[in-house]
Amino acid sequence: MATVVAPRRGIFARPTGATGWLSWVTTVDHKRIGIMYCVTAFAFFIIGGLEALLIRAQLAQPNGEVLSAEAYNQFFTMHGITMIFLVVMPMGVGLMNYLIPLMIGARDVAFPRLNAFSYWVFLLGGLFIYSSFFLGGAPDGGWFGYAPLSTQLPGDGMTFYSLGLQILGVASLAGAVNFIITIINMRAPGMTLMRMPVFVWMSLVTTFLLLFAMPVIAVALFQLMFDRVYEANFFRPSAGGDPLLWQHLFWLFGHPEVYIMILPAMGIVSDVLPTFARKPIFGYAAIVFAGIAIGFMGWGVWAHHMFAAGLGPVANSAFALSTMFIAVPTGVKIFNWIGTLWGGAIRITTPFLFAVGFVAMFIIGGLSGVSHSIVPHDQQQTDTYYIVAHFHYVLFGGAIFGLVAGFYYWWPKVFGYLLSEALGKLHFWLMFIGFNLAFAPMHILGLQGMPRRYYTYPDGMGWNFWNLISTLGGFVIALSFVVFIVNVIRSHKKREEAGDDPWDGRTLEWSIPSPPPEYNFARVPVVQARDDWWHKKYVETPEGEPTRVFAGGANGDDAHGSEEDAGHGIHMPDPSYFPLVASFGLPIMGYGVIFQPVLIGVGALILMLGLFGWVLEPSAEEAH
Amino acid sequence: MSAQEAAAHAPAEHQTSTGLDNVKLAMWAFLGSECLFFGSLISTYLLYRNRVLDGPRPHEIYDIPYTSVSSFVLLMSSVTMVLALAAIQRGDHRGLRIWLLATAMLGTVFIGGQVYEFTAFVEEGLKLSTSTFGSAFFVMTGFHGAHVTVGIFMLLSLVGMSMFGRLSDADGPRKVELIGLYWHFVDIVWIVIFTVVYLIPTN
Amino acid sequence: MTQTGIEHSPREEEELAHHPDPRQYIVVGVWLAIVTALEVAIYYVDSLQDIIVPFLLVFAFIKFFLVVTWFMHLRFDSALFRRLFVSGLVLALVVFAIVMTIFLARGGAVPEIAGG
Repeated sequence: MATVVAPRRGIFARPTGATGWLSWVTTVDHKRIGIMYCVTAFAFFIIGGLEALLIRAQLAQPNGEVLSAEAYNQFFTMHGITMIFLVVMPMGVGLMNYLIPLMIGARDVAFPRLNAFSYWVFLLGGLFIYSSFFLGGAPDGGWFGYAPLSTQLPGDGMTFYSLGLQILGVASLAGAVNFIITIINMRAPGMTLMRMPVFVWMSLVTTFLLLFAMPVIAVALFQLMFDRVYEANFFRPSAGGDPLLWQHLFWLFGHPEVYIMILPAMGIVSDVLPTFARKPIFGYAAIVFAGIAIGFMGWGVWAHHMFAAGLGPVANSAFALSTMFIAVPTGVKIFNWIGTLWGGAIRITTPFLFAVGFVAMFIIGGLSGVSHSIVPHDQQQTDTYYIVAHFHYVLFGGAIFGLVAGFYYWWPKVFGYLLSEALGKLHFWLMFIGFNLAFAPMHILGLQGMPRRYYTYPDGMGWNFWNLISTLGGFVIALSFVVFIVNVIRSHKKREEAGDDPWDGRTLEWSIPSPPPEYNFARVPVVQARDDWWHKKYVETPEGEPTRVFAGGANGDDAHGSEEDAGHGIHMPDPSYFPLVASFGLPIMGYGVIFQPVLIGVGALILMLGLFGWVLEPSAEEAH
Repeated sequence: MSAQEAAAHAPAEHQTSTGLDNVKLAMWAFLGSECLFFGSLISTYLLYRNRVLDGPRPHEIYDIPYTSVSSFVLLMSSVTMVLALAAIQRGDHRGLRIWLLATAMLGTVFIGGQVYEFTAFVEEGLKLSTSTFGSAFFVMTGFHGAHVTVGIFMLLSLVGMSMFGRLSDADGPRKVELIGLYWHFVDIVWIVIFTVVYLIPTN
Repeated sequence: MTQTGIEHSPREEEELAHHPDPRQYIVVGVWLAIVTALEVAIYYVDSLQDIIVPFLLVFAFIKFFLVVTWFMHLRFDSALFRRLFVSGLVLALVVFAIVMTIFLARGGAVPEIAGG
């Protein structure tokens, strides 16, 4: 047989460009995908923020006339859906995408095309949900979609909800599988599980939560869809349908979901604080096991969202106890973060400020959370602004502060230049002040009885003042993000070169150039310790002082590194059209369910063709 | 490309931290996730099967002998599937195709049986919209049937790939094994459904 | 015939060495058929109706176990695969057992609908 064999090709010629928009649209590079995730999520953050400002404008005064009741319902529903599914989750996934291979010494994720598919499905899913505004009205039954309200609301809004979240769920599940395998199976030699950065560990727990939680809400959403579109009876009380079934299925997903949102941010903070304290994370094993414990226990607390639903005293007590217990591993982490800072050589930088802000705000949110675990207390708090205060403290004060810390911290690695410290600190203080102005008063309003999910409130309740303050806070938050955008634009223009390791970091991503080359590591690193990069740079004197071993970081100066690939002959997977093609099938099927059944078949066909092309195409062309 | 060149060309991809194959790990993770999916569907059914305010009740309408036969068919398809894998593992590609086609055919018989059962139920007055029992039954078994159908497509694709020589490389058995895992999982879901839904008595 | 041109990790080599031969698969298939026949048979035995549920569950478990360990090869494969699958399975069982218990404790009977 001749040795010259025609290269195996997919159905179409492979895209080959490295620059230009087509290269981004066909990329399978985890770094580009990570950037796209974060940019898209940030755009949705602006939109979700504008929705929030509209809500706050409406509630600034009693009997507000900014939004009608119908409009308000759509805006608060979309605000919740946007912030949860289109902002916090994808920002976490975006950072996971960019960083995990770098942190574990890998060249890419386990399934690069699946990775691209996840991103495109996310983008198209978000656009699908938002298209509802133009196609009859957005979802208006709350992000939690309680049945039978959600099954009975007229119009297509809640059908867009059920289908849109299904589409996003596909993206999340695919991403979860990808990262679980990446973390378990793609680590560099010597990178044992207990040497991984805490961010990678928290991501591993997060992805397992995604893996097991997404199917449950998928079933609930399908049942909702069947009720709305095909006259099923899952939540129809007159046929024996039980609204509690929805609540159980939803919160079985919903509680792990909140840990999905917070664990990546906790991981970020666990890697940022040590850098700016020049100390390793205090109690690495404890913080890792606490994260795992949270992942496990998070499955045992869901009915604390249902204390007012009439489950009975036995169920309520059991879940109250489990909820109280889950505060323990969280508390462990908080003590570990404080212990990291204690006695450290602190450098106050922007990422440091956001990370500390995370810890402080999360403590507050956690404390109100523990107060929810007391059932009689919660039965007063339910459906009031006290709950709204709690979850904004943990999700904004927690997750967003943590994610923003991550943005500032890894910005120089991703883009090669530093963001302005002055503007960054201004961003922090405005955001910190604005956030607390916006949400602290909600504790008071809630305890005073102001109900949530209402488009207005009457005069004379004693709620006017704090609502006005809260609205003011919202606008200060918005201003803080204007500062951030200005920072990005000006720093981009100024291009103050960051170098490989501007923060004197501890983990592997700081050992490679900024921005990293396509293949990440010229030599696959051989890891010898936790915080391996730190230990390559520093050796401790007998007094315990770190002393620099060598200056400047090349690609990990280890003679033990794999010799076959020193920048040459590194086999990276090729770009591909098929993840994008396949992803289009899903929203088309969605539109089919709502408007025109034939589209279901069309979408399925596109999905199938995309998948066939993908499977038949090798992950990398052999001839280059 | 010779074997040595193939080995030298892509060594990194085969060095994984656990020594195990990425895709196989991914498939098992996915099957773990599917347990939650079918668990939710089956639990919904268990909750709703006795809530029949209208229309037939489960054991008024189930035809146990009929469903036993179709369950048996699906069970045997797992046997043919594993024989297909054994065939390609010893390099017998013709055997592979025969057993894959047998599996696909048994799966199609099962689906045909499901379609017939569904039509019969509708004629006897049980539809998706009739009762909570009806909704839960059709959605649960419908999703299972959809999974089987996807499986049949994948089996036929494997047959096609084999005919075009795409399974003749070192990677071929692994691909068959992966589809096999999916197929067996779909079978064990039915093992659960057959017992829990059809056999266990209702009030 | 073993796979040529592919490097196997020692673990994968071990897996490949343990494939059951087709005859063993057929034997498992026969057992599956027998258990199915038993299941259907006891369904029709009137005197066993009161205790039928434990039997049926045991039979289902046997079939489940046979397919997973032999056909899906889990008994010969690395423990990691087993752990991935079992975690999902156990989680589903536990969590839905709790949900069903909560519903049953409330009295899962059909609610009274005034006026029908």
